[in-house]
Amino acid sequence: MRKRYSDYFLAFILLNAMLVGALMMHARVAADRPGAVAERQEIVRKFGLTDLCLFTEARYTRNPAVSDISTPFQDGPASLDYFPSGSLFRPPPHLVKP
Amino acid sequence: MNSPGKSRFMIDLAISSLLRRWKKNLGLLGVYTIIVFFLASVMFFTQAMKNEARTALEESPDVVVQKLTAGRHDHIPEAYIEQLRGLRGASHVRGRLWGYYYDPSVGANYTIAAAGNGGLTKGSARIGTGVARALRAGPGDLVPLQAHDGAYSSFEVAEVFSSSSSLVSADLIEITEEDFRELFKIPQGTYTDIILNVRNPREGAVISDKIRRLLPDSRPVLKSELLRTYEAAFDWRGGILLVIFAGAVLAFIIFAWDKATGLSMEERKEIGILKAVGWDTAEVIALKSWEGIVISLSAFLTGTIMAYVHVFMASSALLAPVLKGWAVIYPEFRMAPTIDFHQLAALLFLTVVPYLTAMIVPVWLASSSDPDSVMRL
Repeated sequence: MRKRYSDYFLAFILLNAMLVGALMMHARVAADRPGAVAERQEIVRKFGLTDLCLFTEARYTRNPAVSDISTPFQDGPASLDYFPSGSLFRPPPHLVKP
Repeated sequence: MNSPGKSRFMIDLAISSLLRRWKKNLGLLGVYTIIVFFLASVMFFTQAMKNEARTALEESPDVVVQKLTAGRHDHIPEAYIEQLRGLRGASHVRGRLWGYYYDPSVGANYTIAAAGNGGLTKGSARIGTGVARALRAGPGDLVPLQAHDGAYSSFEVAEVFSSSSSLVSADLIEITEEDFRELFKIPQGTYTDIILNVRNPREGAVISDKIRRLLPDSRPVLKSELLRTYEAAFDWRGGILLVIFAGAVLAFIIFAWDKATGLSMEERKEIGILKAVGWDTAEVIALKSWEGIVISLSAFLTGTIMAYVHVFMASSALLAPVLKGWAVIYPEFRMAPTIDFHQLAALLFLTVVPYLTAMIVPVWLASSSDPDSVMRL
């Protein structure tokens, strides 16, 4: 019997939906990694860390959670915030709340 | 004819119609898939980063106390530790020793920290994977650091922190407390700041108030505030992620608007012919809806799968440069994947529903008109 367009389309959608289902299962399995989490938590506990090591460009971008609101501008009277991560990171909410 | 059978014929007809203009529709499908891919990538990435921050910082201290002098962060005296130990509800009060070190030879900023001796001997160090990569150093190698007096001290690498912990340790150099004080000339009896835990987590704000009253020149920062910082940073409503997100949404709006504002002459003619051979308005709308569903569902599923592979299997290769910025040291890590029905439903609502809505309106207008006048256009 000659295959119809709808057969191909439904097979494509079914295949993709199954792939999405497989990815959801993969996410569950891959997210379960107690070893890595425990290692990170051990280092955080040991040093009492407050921030993730995401932005090491400048002193004031390394630990945004414990910075203060005017940190980028404290290095000099005309010192503007010119590091790219300065535009990525909003000031911590506890500094800008009224 | 039963309804599923009719729907299959509709799909056949819709795909035939799309294939008649295959070049245009292939381009449409490509653009649509890329937009879904970007939106889904940002959505998966921000959600996963928030989860990483939440789990990693679960063990952070409940309160960090900084001393401020003339509006700037200053070293805090040991006497403050004793005063804070006297606060009811506070526990595990200890001073932290940490600081930044800029290495001009590689242009990188390190975080140098000491936690007692931490199993290290004087003159040895434990380094993060980012530092090891920047300096091309491994166990047994020497890491030179310039002290406060300009003299260089060499530290032998005893160990490199594991790569799975690089999200918190990539730029870290751990040395002994004695070496730290010598390197930066930090006198005995002073610390960078003080951390403490709160016995009852709900009393964080109360303890914070007590600290402010007890030590007016200090600034307490609560753990809940640390966590909220990262929640806000990776919220799609703020920062550069909003720019990427808004760019993709705007592209999608333009794309849907283009679809909504006009049917091609060929499409109008097709609708006119269908009406002339006896199709009613509902059937024409159903046919055109199937065309939209074929395109949007294909783009949605393909874009979502591509985004998952990009973010969780290819380490967010397209988003990572935005995060790295100008930094020399950055963590190389794989995020724990997060994908759930809530995210997929939000993505579906954001991408498929507006597209279908935008395309149905002109079809409805054209199919409600007289077939003769539609074909004469």
